Amino acid sequence: MRPDVFSPGAVAAKGAISIRNVTKIYDPDGAQVMAVDNCSMDIAPGEVCMIVGPSGCGKTTLLNAIAGFHSITEGEIILDGVQLCGPRQPLATQSADRIVVFQNGALFPWKTLAENVAYGPMVQRRWPKAECMERARTALKEAGLGAVVDKYPGEVSSGMARRAEIVRALINDPKVLLLDEPYRAMDALTKQIMHEALLEMYDRTKVTIYFITHDLEEAIFLGDKVYVMTTRPCRVKKVIDVNLPRPRDYTTLTTEAFRLLVKEADEAVHEEALKAFKAGEREMA
Amino acid sequence: MSAIAHDVHAGGHSPAPRRQPTGFGMLLYRMKKGLGSSTPYLMMLGVAFWIFAYWLLCEGLSLPRFEKIPGPVTLLSDWLSATPQQGTSIYTPDYYQHIWVSCRRIVIAFLLATALGVPLGLLMGWSRKVKDFTFPLFETLRPIPIMAWVPLAILMFAGYETPVIFLATLASFFATTLNTMLGVQSIDESYFRAAGCLGSRKRDVFWNVVVPGAMPYIFTGLQISIGVAWFSLVAAEMVSGDYGLGYLILSSYVNSVTVPMVIGMLTLGFVGWFSSAIVRFVGNRLMQWHVKALAMQGR
Repeated sequence: MRPDVFSPGAVAAKGAISIRNVTKIYDPDGAQVMAVDNCSMDIAPGEVCMIVGPSGCGKTTLLNAIAGFHSITEGEIILDGVQLCGPRQPLATQSADRIVVFQNGALFPWKTLAENVAYGPMVQRRWPKAECMERARTALKEAGLGAVVDKYPGEVSSGMARRAEIVRALINDPKVLLLDEPYRAMDALTKQIMHEALLEMYDRTKVTIYFITHDLEEAIFLGDKVYVMTTRPCRVKKVIDVNLPRPRDYTTLTTEAFRLLVKEADEAVHEEALKAFKAGEREMA
Repeated sequence: MSAIAHDVHAGGHSPAPRRQPTGFGMLLYRMKKGLGSSTPYLMMLGVAFWIFAYWLLCEGLSLPRFEKIPGPVTLLSDWLSATPQQGTSIYTPDYYQHIWVSCRRIVIAFLLATALGVPLGLLMGWSRKVKDFTFPLFETLRPIPIMAWVPLAILMFAGYETPVIFLATLASFFATTLNTMLGVQSIDESYFRAAGCLGSRKRDVFWNVVVPGAMPYIFTGLQISIGVAWFSLVAAEMVSGDYGLGYLILSSYVNSVTVPMVIGMLTLGFVGWFSSAIVRFVGNRLMQWHVKALAMQGR
């Protein structure tokens, strides 16, 4: 499963995810909670797929299933024709072809940025150790982090750390990049720069992106497709095709087409958010 | 000559940005900054105040129940005397023998406890099975006060040395193991997940996540553990021993020589402080990432 060679030529053709009739039932203390209900999704190779929906709706459950952190109850998930998880093997095996960038950041604080980036290739024995470090430094430089390669994550800004974390993922040449609200805690200006950096890295690698967010503008700005999910249990409510031309930059944000797409998404999400709120009220009562 | 002078002059006026000093320059810079703050003066004032209070109680006013205790003047004049009236001073070889014996025991006990406690704690924190297997016994033995182990230690081990080292090791071991285990449990789940995504095998996770992630707790544990090692060592030396600072304190009391008793106590304080400082120093050396992250938060 693990890619043995770094082959940027072959990137575009890989990373097709097919989520077929996936159901996930959590069982905390015997109370069965259905997080995902018969959810299906087809993500094309190299597609930027944005997932929006009310909090706690089960978006992260799907991400966890793809990454191999949690099992699924029913259905199957297929990556490039290979079943990751299904009825026989409910928990996918974790592997460097699907890498997660976490909500709160998970750079190892005890390693410098370069050591963090070199970590994946090192444990996979991709290249000799010295070469791993060399390539890590180069990759960080290309991402505009050349000045801080030998700093620890605790010494750099959260924006720099998050960019380094994406570099740490992409150096492994993954098929899929899974992002779980990576820019949630950032201010609008930093977010803007993060978006442009991500788009630039995407244009170079054309990796398939599964990106969870609450921010509709972010979703439309970055995505090829926006999946609006229902409140728990999670299903696909609506798929919005974002036909804005690439490359996109901040001027895209002010176009009429962009505004209309945001409005469309907003209506769909608002309805679900309202339902989620009312369901919450019922549970509390 | 004038050319050189001119160069120096020009250099003095150029507004070159100051580079971060290194080595000795850094030490001087820190000292300069330190002297500008209130810290050293408050420290000196605090020490002076307590010594004065001590003097007032024992020598200035010689209050009842305090007149038998040697005051600071008596203490220092004996401690620093070549011919001490009560037999112990910085000139008597016996004094150093006591310090040396205690320190040697502490080093052996602390290293033993660390060598056993850190690996056990790491495994207990990392593996549910190891924890299930060991934790009930561990939690039953841990609250037993070290003094309660003394008779058993004397029965189990021959001579003066081994029971004392055993008791110090035991106390230190519990503190180290427990903190190490908590350290592993405190590691954020997302680091394990990130390591898994990046293609780690189990041993990669152990060496790159479990060990460094638990390090801050381990060193907190080691500082506690060296403290309890001293505590139990002295208690053990009072019961069973032929040398050592604990023995010095108790035998002086039994022989009604109070100055060596207080000398022993204060020496323990200094040596204990020094040993904790060494552990802290080693910890900071090994965890530059932690030190720097704390510094960024202004701590």
